[in-house]
Amino acid sequence: MSLVHEIDYGTPASRSEKQVTLTIDGRAVTVPEGTSIMRASMEAGIQIPKLCATDMVDAFGSCRLCLVEVEGRNGTPSSCTTPVAANMVVHTQTNRLKDIRRGVMELYISDHPLDCLTCAANGDCELQDMAGAVGLRDVRYGYDGGNHVRARNDGEINARWMPKDESNPYFTYDPSKCIVCSRCVRACEEVQGTFALTIEGRGFESRVSPGAHEHFLESECVSCGACVQACPTATLTEKSVIAIGQPEHSAVTTCAYCGVGCSFKAEMRGEELVRMVPWKDGQANRGHSCVKGRFAYGYASHKDRILNPMIREKISDPWREVSWEEAFSHVATELRRLQYQYGRESIGGITSSRCTNEETFLVQKLVRAGFGNNNVDTCARVCHSPTGYGLGQAFGTSAGTQNFDSIEQSDVVIVIGANPTDGHPVFGSRLKKRLRQGAKLIVIDPRRIDLVRTPHVEAAYHLPLKPGTNVAVMTALAHVIVNEGLANEQFIRERCDWSEFEDWAAFVSEEAHSPEATESFTGVPANLLRGAARLFATGGNGAIYYGLGVTEHSQGSTTVMAIANLAMATGNIGRPGVGVNPLRGQNNVQGSCDMGSFPHELPGYRHISDDATRDTFEKLWGVTLDNEPGLRIPNMLDAAVEGTFKAIYIQGEDILQSDPDTKHVSAGLAAMECVVVHDLFLNETANYAHVFLPGSTFLEKDGTFTNAERRINRVRKVMSPKNGYADWEVTQKLAQAMGLNWNYAHPSQIMDEVAATTPSFALVSYDYLEKMGSVQWPCNEAHPQGSPIMHVDGFVRGKGKFIRTEYVATDERTGPRFPLLLTTGRILSQYNVGAQTRRTENVAWHAEDRLEIHPHDAEQRGIKDGDWIKLASRSGDTTLRALITDRVSPGVVYTTFHHPDTQANVITTDFSDWATNCPEYKVTAVQVSPSNGPTEWQEDYNDLSRRSRRVAGKMEAAE
Amino acid sequence: MTMRISADEIALRSRDIIHDLKPLEGPMLPILHALQAEFGYLPDAVKPIIADELNLSRAEVHGVVTFYPDFRDHPGGRHVLKICRAEACQSMGGDDLADRVRSLLGIDFHQTTPDDAVTLEPVYCLGLCACAPAAMLDGAVYGRVDEHCLSEIVAELRQ
Repeated sequence: MSLVHEIDYGTPASRSEKQVTLTIDGRAVTVPEGTSIMRASMEAGIQIPKLCATDMVDAFGSCRLCLVEVEGRNGTPSSCTTPVAANMVVHTQTNRLKDIRRGVMELYISDHPLDCLTCAANGDCELQDMAGAVGLRDVRYGYDGGNHVRARNDGEINARWMPKDESNPYFTYDPSKCIVCSRCVRACEEVQGTFALTIEGRGFESRVSPGAHEHFLESECVSCGACVQACPTATLTEKSVIAIGQPEHSAVTTCAYCGVGCSFKAEMRGEELVRMVPWKDGQANRGHSCVKGRFAYGYASHKDRILNPMIREKISDPWREVSWEEAFSHVATELRRLQYQYGRESIGGITSSRCTNEETFLVQKLVRAGFGNNNVDTCARVCHSPTGYGLGQAFGTSAGTQNFDSIEQSDVVIVIGANPTDGHPVFGSRLKKRLRQGAKLIVIDPRRIDLVRTPHVEAAYHLPLKPGTNVAVMTALAHVIVNEGLANEQFIRERCDWSEFEDWAAFVSEEAHSPEATESFTGVPANLLRGAARLFATGGNGAIYYGLGVTEHSQGSTTVMAIANLAMATGNIGRPGVGVNPLRGQNNVQGSCDMGSFPHELPGYRHISDDATRDTFEKLWGVTLDNEPGLRIPNMLDAAVEGTFKAIYIQGEDILQSDPDTKHVSAGLAAMECVVVHDLFLNETANYAHVFLPGSTFLEKDGTFTNAERRINRVRKVMSPKNGYADWEVTQKLAQAMGLNWNYAHPSQIMDEVAATTPSFALVSYDYLEKMGSVQWPCNEAHPQGSPIMHVDGFVRGKGKFIRTEYVATDERTGPRFPLLLTTGRILSQYNVGAQTRRTENVAWHAEDRLEIHPHDAEQRGIKDGDWIKLASRSGDTTLRALITDRVSPGVVYTTFHHPDTQANVITTDFSDWATNCPEYKVTAVQVSPSNGPTEWQEDYNDLSRRSRRVAGKMEAAE
Repeated sequence: MTMRISADEIALRSRDIIHDLKPLEGPMLPILHALQAEFGYLPDAVKPIIADELNLSRAEVHGVVTFYPDFRDHPGGRHVLKICRAEACQSMGGDDLADRVRSLLGIDFHQTTPDDAVTLEPVYCLGLCACAPAAMLDGAVYGRVDEHCLSEIVAELRQ
């Protein structure tokens, strides 16, 4: 094993299709027009010395090391800023160049510490490499002049020296090692798009400054790590590299946080993870990362992680550690006993969007083939199930239509119910880059998310709708487009069902759906809405990106259909730059849905009642499958409360914290006789568990994740499972204990089974992924390269379907007792229920959930910033601290749900999407009042948590 | 100008000035000059305000402000006297002139007299090389600065 080596070409690739041939050091080189001499040389294998150039950012030309001579031209131009020209003759190494480079290097080194042996960058320092490359043997200027190197010169304080900034939990900034190449500043601007860094001062006083001479942690920095990656010296260095040393081998793997699915190199020393570095060939992230994927992996070795199986008779007992064998046989016996006693339908399972495709496939196989029922569901139930339903109806398949590269060709982007810079940061950066190039943005969100206005990005329109009125707003957009004759008739006639369109057009053109008529309850000014509609219809390639702000509503599925209608009506489907793009919340929520996690669907979205599909699996598995859909999560809980559902196997999901109406969930779990939780930590659901099976992290197993763009990415094992078994092995052993004859030796065999049974995965295999890097399904005979863009020549279902989208207000309404509307969301540094990120240094940014409230509403209630408040709804109440901000409109409050102490879902109601039961998390009528402490529920629950986490013979596990 | 003003006052006056100049192409430098003329220096508090108004990051504003030595981060004297320290002036007695000014005022470069009358700054070329040594008092340039000229300048400062 060795480090995965990536070539740095120095400058970004040219997109030109015209080729140019030139001669470099006697070699003929042909490259696209617009390529720099530096990149052309590197492509020919000639490495020109460089310091300020790196291929993630544009050429800058400041280090003066990459100079070359060009025949027929004067001087020594820098190769990074000089584009190639036909028949150019370039020399990269002449006596003149050697002298200049050595002279430049002498100047650099005269103000740089020579502590290479003890430096964290030792072994990975471009300055050191370049000193070697130019043959630096002496520094004529010595080291005794003005410098930034030493805290004291001859006993005098050196005013130019600055101490290290160690405020960021993950990396340090050591100004004494800085060579002012500006790579970090440019990475922050061009790649991340935050503009948090600058070079302050001039000349010898120049140095990197986060914000206005602030510490990194207090500055505008979002800790994405792009600057650290770009730094050629030890100026910006991961603290883990300082602590451990340089890695010696690495493997390419896929991040286990959000649905962007970034590719990373896991850089290792032995079995110790040194750092995660984004992989430039990763087709989702193109070499970029966010604070979670790049740095927040500390949970994998956190002391709270449970490494041994545990059992208890009653949830009030302390846990008892047992062997794996005892745990498996206990679970198998219990499940069979309960089925014998209460019937085959009395048990079920939940698959995880955090686990691999292979693991998910096994869990649903265990339920269908082992439990003999279809009581399997997944956490997509509470997030993107309406996407599955809505897009399935409109287009014929449940998936985003584009790849992430598509954004580079978009001209108008609608972001609705999503907050990409926090929830999907790497996509957010790619979107911001396109917006800085001139694309227009329409934000539809009750809250002023960062994208509405952030350095160098300003939305053309922000439609601050009242929570719960998505359908009315989307239909009103369609009203303007249809009534003003902006619909793309040619596209619709060719690709969609014309009579359905006519019916839909007649519906949306009704006066009741006009922006003027809907303004009164949507809160969106009609003129803004009309402007946005016109812009989207006429602005060129129009793309729609949406998130849970669309789906987690009582009309979630309807909004998804309205989005599909809008895309079809404007002809924005089937080519790069357009499309309908659900931003998936979790790393493998797409995959878990693909793998047949829903009670009504076998892998590949084929209904359980379809005889041919069932036949395929029945023959392979040697069982008879139930042809009736099983129970959804809420139904399982209902049945448990009623006494007919007795046991559940939950892999990698914390339903107590993430599912709606916490009290109902806890009642359901408490009513079961055998709750098996398979997870990394004693999560909140485990408070009600009888068996705990320790899980493994994404670093400890092989497999695949499928991201929001349907891209199947490899997950590679870089260390042994600390708990003993990868999750797929645990499920297999459980199945074996239940008498199933499963003998998978490697996850690749599970993928082979998926490919053999599921047409859209027909060509997928680990060998094929090895060869291709990654593929986007469908990947079969018809699409051997996979499918970056869907519906190119026609919709999967044949003709695109326009569906009427009648707005029906949710039953959850404000009134005198609950006059405010609560909506929920995420923050950059935390992830979902926080089980992982709360166990990392990310808490430095977000240590608690806060309630955002408008100054007007706060003043009315006598609430000051930072005050403890009570947040009450018809379902329950909780306390948290207030954050007063005009990001939210008067009448709307907002909070995140990352911390279990807050229990935001105690507040949310049990209203749900009419089609899929996806809970209505985004609208809850609430009241806010001053408070001086936790509510009774919080106290009771904390008490229960503490008691239920006791392990016999051990200290109390700390949360 | 050295009277302390509140942060609210700074914000209010800054926003007025920025609103007037924002429509200009490349408005940052005119805004910075106007704010320095208003407050006598650029208080730290104006950086986030400029950033907000121009939709830039704090870092970007800070980078520009610190690049130009003309922008000061603390109040200066009522007058600013700049002595050219560039090559042409040095060759025409600029060093002596600089020493003479420093001893006359009793301060070094970048310092302000205790009575707040004058701040002394070096400047690297006023473009008056033909009339070296050169100086600039509050925007008015002086060429061939000799003893006579210097006493005129100092007299004006003492007024």
